Amino acid sequence: MSSIGTCAALAAAVLAFAVDARAQSWGPGADDKAFAEMLRTGFRNAGPVSVDRLVQDDTQAFCSDPAVANSAAGAKRAEQLEAANLAAVKWPSDGRFLGDWRAGERIAQSGRGLTWTDAPSQANGGNCYNCHQISLAEISHGTLGPSLHNYAKLKGTDERALRDAWAKIWNSKSSNACSNMPRAGHMGILKEKDIQDIMALLFSPDSPVNK
Amino acid sequence: MANPMRIRAAAKDGITEVRVLMNHEMETGQRRDASGAIVPAWFIQEVSARLNDKDVMSAQWGPSIAKNPYFAFKIKGGKAGDTVSVTWVDNRGDTRTDNAKVT
Amino acid sequence: MAARTKVAVAAAACVAIALGFAGVAQEKDDAAKGIEAYRQALKDGNPAELFEMAGEELWLKPAGPRNASLEKCDLGLGPGVVEGAYARLPRYFADTDRVQDLESRLLTCMETLQGIDTRAHVEARFGTPKKDELVALATYVAGMSKDRPVDVAASHPKERAMFELGRRMFFYQAGPHDFSCATCHAQEGRRIRMQDLPYIPAKEGAAAGWTSWPAYRVSAGQMWSMQWRINDCFRQQRFPEPVYASDMTVALSMFMAATANGATMATPGIKR
Repeated sequence: MSSIGTCAALAAAVLAFAVDARAQSWGPGADDKAFAEMLRTGFRNAGPVSVDRLVQDDTQAFCSDPAVANSAAGAKRAEQLEAANLAAVKWPSDGRFLGDWRAGERIAQSGRGLTWTDAPSQANGGNCYNCHQISLAEISHGTLGPSLHNYAKLKGTDERALRDAWAKIWNSKSSNACSNMPRAGHMGILKEKDIQDIMALLFSPDSPVNK
Repeated sequence: MANPMRIRAAAKDGITEVRVLMNHEMETGQRRDASGAIVPAWFIQEVSARLNDKDVMSAQWGPSIAKNPYFAFKIKGGKAGDTVSVTWVDNRGDTRTDNAKVT
Repeated sequence: MAARTKVAVAAAACVAIALGFAGVAQEKDDAAKGIEAYRQALKDGNPAELFEMAGEELWLKPAGPRNASLEKCDLGLGPGVVEGAYARLPRYFADTDRVQDLESRLLTCMETLQGIDTRAHVEARFGTPKKDELVALATYVAGMSKDRPVDVAASHPKERAMFELGRRMFFYQAGPHDFSCATCHAQEGRRIRMQDLPYIPAKEGAAAGWTSWPAYRVSAGQMWSMQWRINDCFRQQRFPEPVYASDMTVALSMFMAATANGATMATPGIKR
């Protein structure tokens, strides 16, 4: 039974499959049909968040299967996904990469937005300090991602460095298909101006990051 | 009547250590609810303890003590079989007394 | 008149001061050490005990249309056997022909023994009375497995299936942030803000999580069961809301418990 064909036929929770090696990834009882049924009965709409969020895009589907994602066949697929994510990056409409670092710090500090208890009218935060050290003055930071201290000093401030950072923040999967970092611009978490402000936090010589 | 306290009292080398876990909201009177109204202050103001029939401790508390307060103190004297009794009174005039045997 | 010893205790006595520990440390190492010391201090005198007491009362109290208590509830070791039951959950139950965790099994007993329609309990928000009852019951039962070894071998075929489904769910990425459980819990030695994250796919990390919930969260002044913990993880992952005691939640618990097999139950726990 072709898994792609079966998948298309499943009404409720549609899982977007990419690679056939999936058959060995999960043990008996955890096949696609059983898993889809478990998702269907396992979640419900709450507040502004609907169960539609369970539908995966190609990148999420690929990265949800570590056996495949870490395989040799997976490496090829990962490159394709990176290219696709890079192609989807929206560059700044006014051509400016940098905004206001003080606003960037506020966005980095805020973890608000998009949960079922967040009001949709409220601005989303970037969650950045959850995972990264950024300004040394903030000791309450996570270690899921690398330190961003001295970002501009280390990466430089030329066009290439700015573009790379922009692409990373807009769509982290453009350079690492299974990065743990969210795709802030691509997924509509942050707006263009928010990302310009975060870029300033990383690149501005006045920013605490570069002092 | 308010929910019971959990009291443990153990005597060792002439000192009885008492540990009390109290069930109380301890509302500071500074918080606001979802509509913006102040949540009224509701907190324990007095705590006292007796060993058998003797008063051994009294305390005045304020709103900075957290919800479900945990309180430990030592009494000179006391032996296994004695009774420790703890009483609290809050700013609404509610009160609660619980006893425990010293082990 | 007996001598009174007036002790001004407001500042000295209470460890869980509402204002919390304000870290003045400049170095992140000092901050992490300070928080660790605070966590150690919290362990003496766990408000969870108040919930254990409340849970035991609910266990013994006749309720529902059948006006029956939960004293005949079979949590896996036979009707009414509470001691050690939590350490052997989740597990397969022949009477319902499915794998169940503690909270799912409590619902079953409320239905079959007490005749209660538990849909309202399933729908209720955490922190409201019907969920509070279940959390108190869960805390009581979990506390009766304290210091016991986790004994969840996932040997029955349905248990194995649930384990695999739970493992698959653990890695399932979705939502605007692309988060899965694995995003936070599948790397060793990391933390989110100042909260250390256990590595759940291996025994030590799975045990750090599995053996310490239900737990009292000091910062919130709330008692949380494992179902509540899972619920709030998904909220922060920007997922839709889990259905209380659904197979999905039981599968995740099965994955954690079986991975933690052999570790020692430290329930109920206490958290910042």
